[in-house]
Amino acid sequence: MSGTQETVDQVRAVTEQSYKYGFTTDIEADLAPKGLNEDIVRFISAKKEEPEWLLEWRLKAFRAWQAMEEPRYWAKLSYPPIDYQDAHYYAAPKTSNRPKSLDEVDPELLRTYEKLGIPLREQEILAGVEGTETKMPAIAVDAVFDSVSVATTFKAKLEEMGIIFCSISEAVREHPDLVRQYLGTVVPYTDNFYATLNCAVFTDGSFVYVPKGVRCPMELSTYFRINQANTGQFERTLIIADEGAYVSYLEGCTAPKRDENQLHAAVVELVALDNATIKYSTVQNWYPGNEDGVGGIYNFVTKRGACRGVNSKISWTQVETGSAITWKYPSCILQGDNSVGEFYSVAITNNRQQADTGTKMIHIGKNTKSTIVSKGISAGRSNNTYRGLVKILPKADGARNHTQCDSLLIGDQCGAHTVPYIESRNRSARVEHEATTAKISEDQLFYCRQRGLDPEDAVSLIVNGFCKEVLKELPMEFAVEAQKLVGISLEGSVG
Amino acid sequence: MLEIKNLHATVDGKEILKGIDLTIGSGEVHAIMGPNGSGKSTLSYVLAGREGYEVTEGSVTYNGMDLLTLEPEERAAEGVFLAFQYPVEIPGVANTTFLKYALNAMRKRRGEPELDALQFLKLIREKTKALNMSDDMLKRAVNVGFSGGEKKRNETLQMAVLQPRFAILDETDSGLDIDALRIVADGVNALRGADRSMLVITHYQRLLEYIVPDRVHVLAHGRIQRSGGKELALELEEKGYREFGVDEAA
Repeated sequence: MSGTQETVDQVRAVTEQSYKYGFTTDIEADLAPKGLNEDIVRFISAKKEEPEWLLEWRLKAFRAWQAMEEPRYWAKLSYPPIDYQDAHYYAAPKTSNRPKSLDEVDPELLRTYEKLGIPLREQEILAGVEGTETKMPAIAVDAVFDSVSVATTFKAKLEEMGIIFCSISEAVREHPDLVRQYLGTVVPYTDNFYATLNCAVFTDGSFVYVPKGVRCPMELSTYFRINQANTGQFERTLIIADEGAYVSYLEGCTAPKRDENQLHAAVVELVALDNATIKYSTVQNWYPGNEDGVGGIYNFVTKRGACRGVNSKISWTQVETGSAITWKYPSCILQGDNSVGEFYSVAITNNRQQADTGTKMIHIGKNTKSTIVSKGISAGRSNNTYRGLVKILPKADGARNHTQCDSLLIGDQCGAHTVPYIESRNRSARVEHEATTAKISEDQLFYCRQRGLDPEDAVSLIVNGFCKEVLKELPMEFAVEAQKLVGISLEGSVG
Repeated sequence: MLEIKNLHATVDGKEILKGIDLTIGSGEVHAIMGPNGSGKSTLSYVLAGREGYEVTEGSVTYNGMDLLTLEPEERAAEGVFLAFQYPVEIPGVANTTFLKYALNAMRKRRGEPELDALQFLKLIREKTKALNMSDDMLKRAVNVGFSGGEKKRNETLQMAVLQPRFAILDETDSGLDIDALRIVADGVNALRGADRSMLVITHYQRLLEYIVPDRVHVLAHGRIQRSGGKELALELEEKGYREFGVDEAA
């Protein structure tokens, strides 16, 4: 039937169009030779003019990594073996030799950010620009989303308040003591296969320090982008909120469309001291591969926050729509008494995407509290797993957790899985787990269409309603973007 | 306005509509009465374009268009509105948000400018007031936790905002007490006009005391068995469906 074929073609066109960040920037890059060995680790460290202690730390990690096995069995993910020797571990635009102003930045790079909708032009004193000596995404590392609040006053204003916001490479040079004091203290270099690899070869990322009693007056944001082919991206972010400090931070990610899979193995460490609050939001939109599952980013990320101080709070909000594979468990170590951990997650998988994501809440201190709200949406032939650990240690008197996991299925070829682990070693603790699974019903779809919405708008509206509890946790400026993204990610999933 | 000719339709391969002929003129209100399983709801779904309701024979012409070739959302934009017997819940989506999306989707399809937040707010305030509905109901998620009466009132509100040209009311009276029925009927009557036609589907004559039809049709076994004026409803109430060759238990 030609009519049917037409429909199929239309759906395909929409699906393929939907990833609008899939372009490549043509720019000459300074590449490390392919492969991974101690020389490459030294090469990266030398490129970044790092102190001896950091090189030693990288090498220790590399040696540990060589003895480690890839965690391939417990997560509900399937993918061919990754050849870790077949990638460049360092790639930087040749022209970006620490430009001091945007005039020195390659115009091709500036155009890229224009295309991505990330305005840099008026932000010449932006932290990320000065720290642009590394690979391509480094300039994105601190490229900030919100042009209005960030524009010209951004860095000066932050510095006035004693807030440090720069690339981690710059922090290593300018604030070595702070970096040395905290780096690897939340995610140790032996933590897991991907995190350990990251310790050995991390290239850039963001560094934030908010001093005692300071409330960071604006959203800090990092925009990650992978451009170069055959590279992995290994960024490292470290955020420290000193006593009584508050900071809200957001990261965004996109990558070009390529037929090969690219590895992204990031580590994010958060440290909240007494009475401090860190709010960390992610809108992850890495290239997910095409509808047959070719290409896309392998996103193996270790994110962990330590609530070290009393009454401290760490809140993770994530909207995961991209990547071929997502392996990610942003966690909280609730060490300080009365500390609070939160995890709000929307994970959407379509076509052949696979996501195994969730959180770990480790209750150590007294009266620690954690909240988990996870919304998984599966469409196409995708698989979406929530995997979460709530662990109450013996001294965590009065600890409380509430977990809510909701799954929504679109179509009949996708999968939703919920795997909660609960370990309680304190009798006074209270742990609650609720889970639901639902399908978008024919009734709902027809009701929306009868009221004039086309099927894709209807699905977008229904799914946004389903995710509302999580989306409302996002900073205002990004909530609207996220809502749109939710709709776009599901294009082609009905009709 | 609407001309249905020899309409046959199947659901899951089973023929439910077996040749319906019905013509509704501009501004007319027609009632369809019939026992359970007579095909009343099937007719409303076929007219609105629901998937799974397959037309095997016949035609439906709506304002000169072949209605059956249009997608449900296209029919909606052309002014076809179905007030559902069981309005559907959409968790997390505020009633106003839903209505605004719906109205603007239709306007866009018709090439009319979309309403901005302020214009929409003004419109919905006015309509809510007329239906004696609370602001609270607008903020709540679509039909979630609504009582039967609230749901039907909400359908009437949607109709008032969307201003259809042809409205199908599918058992709007079911689950309503007498006060709620009166409010809903008043809302519907307020929408009657020379350029708006309605098809009122009901099981009982009671609703027709409030929404007085121009014509009444008795549907049974997938066909219209008899048509007449509003007095036909009373006759039916008195004699029961059996008089019309219908086994009520069917």
